[in-house]
Amino acid sequence: MSGACDGCLRRTWLLGRMAGHLDHARARIAAVLELDDGELIAALGGELADDLLRDRDAVDIGLQRDRCSEAGLQLVCRCDPAYPVRLRDLAAPPRVLHVVGGLDRLLQAAAGDPVAIVGSRAASPYGTGVARSLGAALGRAGVTVLSGMAHGIDAAAHVGALDGGAPTIAVLPGPPDRPYPASRRALHRRVVAAGAAVSELPPGTPVRRWMFPARNRIIAALAAMTVVVEAGERSGSLVTAAFAQQLARPIGAVPGQITRPQAAGSNALLAGGATVVRGPQDVLDALFGAGVRSAAGDDRPELTEELAVLLAGLADGHGTSTALVQAGYEPDEGLAALASLELAGYVRREGGGRYAVIP
Amino acid sequence: MLARIATFAIDGVDPRQVWVEVHIRAGLPAFAIVGLADTAVRESRDRIHSAILNSKFEFPSKRITANLAPAFLRKVGPGFDAALALAVLAASGQIPRDALASYAVFGELSLGGELRDSPGALVVAEGARRAGLTRLIVPRERAREAALVEGLEVAGVPTLRAAAEVVRGARPPELPEAPPAAARQLAAEPDLADVRGHALPMLALQIAAAGGHNLLLEGPPGTGKTMLARRLPSILPRMTRAEAIEVTRIHSVAGLHADGLIGRRPFRAPHHTISPAGLVGGGAPPRPGEATLAHRGVLFLDELSEFQRSTLDALRQPLEDGSVAIVRGQRALVFPTKFMLIAATNPCPCGFAGIEDRCNCGEADIRRHRRKLSGPLLDRMDLLVDVGRPTERELTSGPITSSDSARRRVAEARERQRARLDGTGALCNGEMDARTVRRHVELDEPAEQALAHAYSLGALSARGRHRVLRVARTIADLEGHGRVTHQDLLTALGLRQQPDLASAA
Repeated sequence: MSGACDGCLRRTWLLGRMAGHLDHARARIAAVLELDDGELIAALGGELADDLLRDRDAVDIGLQRDRCSEAGLQLVCRCDPAYPVRLRDLAAPPRVLHVVGGLDRLLQAAAGDPVAIVGSRAASPYGTGVARSLGAALGRAGVTVLSGMAHGIDAAAHVGALDGGAPTIAVLPGPPDRPYPASRRALHRRVVAAGAAVSELPPGTPVRRWMFPARNRIIAALAAMTVVVEAGERSGSLVTAAFAQQLARPIGAVPGQITRPQAAGSNALLAGGATVVRGPQDVLDALFGAGVRSAAGDDRPELTEELAVLLAGLADGHGTSTALVQAGYEPDEGLAALASLELAGYVRREGGGRYAVIP
Repeated sequence: MLARIATFAIDGVDPRQVWVEVHIRAGLPAFAIVGLADTAVRESRDRIHSAILNSKFEFPSKRITANLAPAFLRKVGPGFDAALALAVLAASGQIPRDALASYAVFGELSLGGELRDSPGALVVAEGARRAGLTRLIVPRERAREAALVEGLEVAGVPTLRAAAEVVRGARPPELPEAPPAAARQLAAEPDLADVRGHALPMLALQIAAAGGHNLLLEGPPGTGKTMLARRLPSILPRMTRAEAIEVTRIHSVAGLHADGLIGRRPFRAPHHTISPAGLVGGGAPPRPGEATLAHRGVLFLDELSEFQRSTLDALRQPLEDGSVAIVRGQRALVFPTKFMLIAATNPCPCGFAGIEDRCNCGEADIRRHRRKLSGPLLDRMDLLVDVGRPTERELTSGPITSSDSARRRVAEARERQRARLDGTGALCNGEMDARTVRRHVELDEPAEQALAHAYSLGALSARGRHRVLRVARTIADLEGHGRVTHQDLLTALGLRQQPDLASAA
């Protein structure tokens, strides 16, 4: 692969240089990114416009390339025929994709039908559970999961895909070699090892607020379908969904409790006609046509009657003790029953010693 | 004339013998105390002067020099008053000098000549016996405590006058009566029979008590975490006499204990604003911290996430070694800290996680909350149990078990462990190290498979696997199983501390 051409790298350099300026126009960031270099500098450069123009012409492209290769990045620019074709649907496709992990894995995934799973950072345990199992099931069905590696739904989707043994692509707001949020370092390592982290920004660029909607447009454009798992009314994942809608890509949403503010945005998407996602099969049907591809069947072992009662109690949202009492278990047998449900893959032991049902 | 009498300084929770020497010679009237004495000791000159006069003795109008030997040991507090006063009386010929040789004396004086209650009499008595002394004079309130040491003639006296009479050969006063049993009954130990519902946490308490495993209770506010924790001491095996004496001397030195032998295992529940020094000991002079006060008992940390990180990290050494070394200047003091740790925390900042409609905390809030729990400390917790709200039916039904029957089960399980672990250095399953676990925890075939399955699912870390094995062994001991069965192992898995993979990633 040839890397990136000088023109595209020059533009990328300019975005990094003007990262602060661009933040003033973050409300209209998609339109601003459509401007060419001269217009961009004229619109946002202010007093520094002349300096910026001069610097842009004098920028040492070789040095930019060295920095990228020092950071271990692989590059592909939009002048390259291998550039993901779906991204070309954007009015302003990212000029250079900076990739850590595997560029080939990214291009292969992009050439298939990747699905974006996005949602709120302040997600409920239900939301993260759904994102995780959706990610795992889609991964097992051979569909690459795309997301933004944010806390909550995004991270859960990546973890699910990785746990399902599938590669996953994280589109980061800032440079791809630096995990964002930084506390997701471990997840970043796993994503890079099995899939790829990608960004339109060069190494060393500090993260700014405009980069989040800009990143969301890349997720929406790369994905064949966008699924919103849980989103509040002002969630950034609704921005992703809006981009997907502009690109006329299918949108799905997972139904949430109507009483939960964190699910108001995703429920509103459903009201607006988004595909109802009750499980991986709904996503596969929307992508490939009903019944064309099926999610791997439930290979979990059959449950005894007592265990099924216990599972139903947990699914009703009862605490561990209450569920055990209602299912008629003595405490020690009850703990053993919970452990066997867990080993059979029906529940997960959560932080506080409570059990969450795996859909 | 020179007189000499033995007394003891309290160094941490250990006695150090101190000789009080008083020399009276001709010269201008003066009273000097030498020998690295702190302010409280030097102030005792005035107390002694008044106490001697008010006890109808004469205070010699001569040059008095008192020395506290050895001179390198720092002497702290007013406990030397009585010894100094008796030595002055002996040096001035008002009581026989030779009679003092077999005595140790301990206590603070009031201006009126009364011997005041002073903490630490048991430590002094132990020191006296170790030094080969046969008689001990202590304040009357401390007599029963000092008399716990066998082979020592203890005289509990109310005044300096009475102390002098004893030295002159009067019969020592009888030991005071033990307080009536009724007064003790009032503060009955909390019992498991008071608890309704909570079958799961109660099982966890018994497992914790049986194997000496540290326990973390997690659940919403008001469900009874503190109530459950307070009942842990009641199901631990009764203290042996040696353990009871260890506990009594610590509490005596700390001034927390009034009379006789402590019969119950201590339960200490420090508030979360406590400092590291307050928790593990420190200050000048170093005093035992809560960890030492909980020695042979239970240390309960409520609202674990509210403790300062540095405070919790300070608990690592005491938990690991069973003692804590406090180094101040040239001296190092060692305080014993063999306690069981039980901690309680809310699952999230609002406390209602898991009760869907009430909790509004997001995943990020919960992550932040959990990050506040000290990792190294959590690493020492073998058991985690979810304390939920009992149902209405459970609240109105009878108790599940009483502390007495639980304690019997625990004692049996401990007996089995002692037999198995003989010679390994561990006293209970909670103290087993990796090697001991490998050698002494045998699993039957289905248990072996279940463990391998859990590990391959990623539900266990390597360290978590060890913890599960230790706990499974304890459950098997409670059940009387020679090898850990499938059921025992699954139960242990249901109480494990989960390495939450979502947040680990």
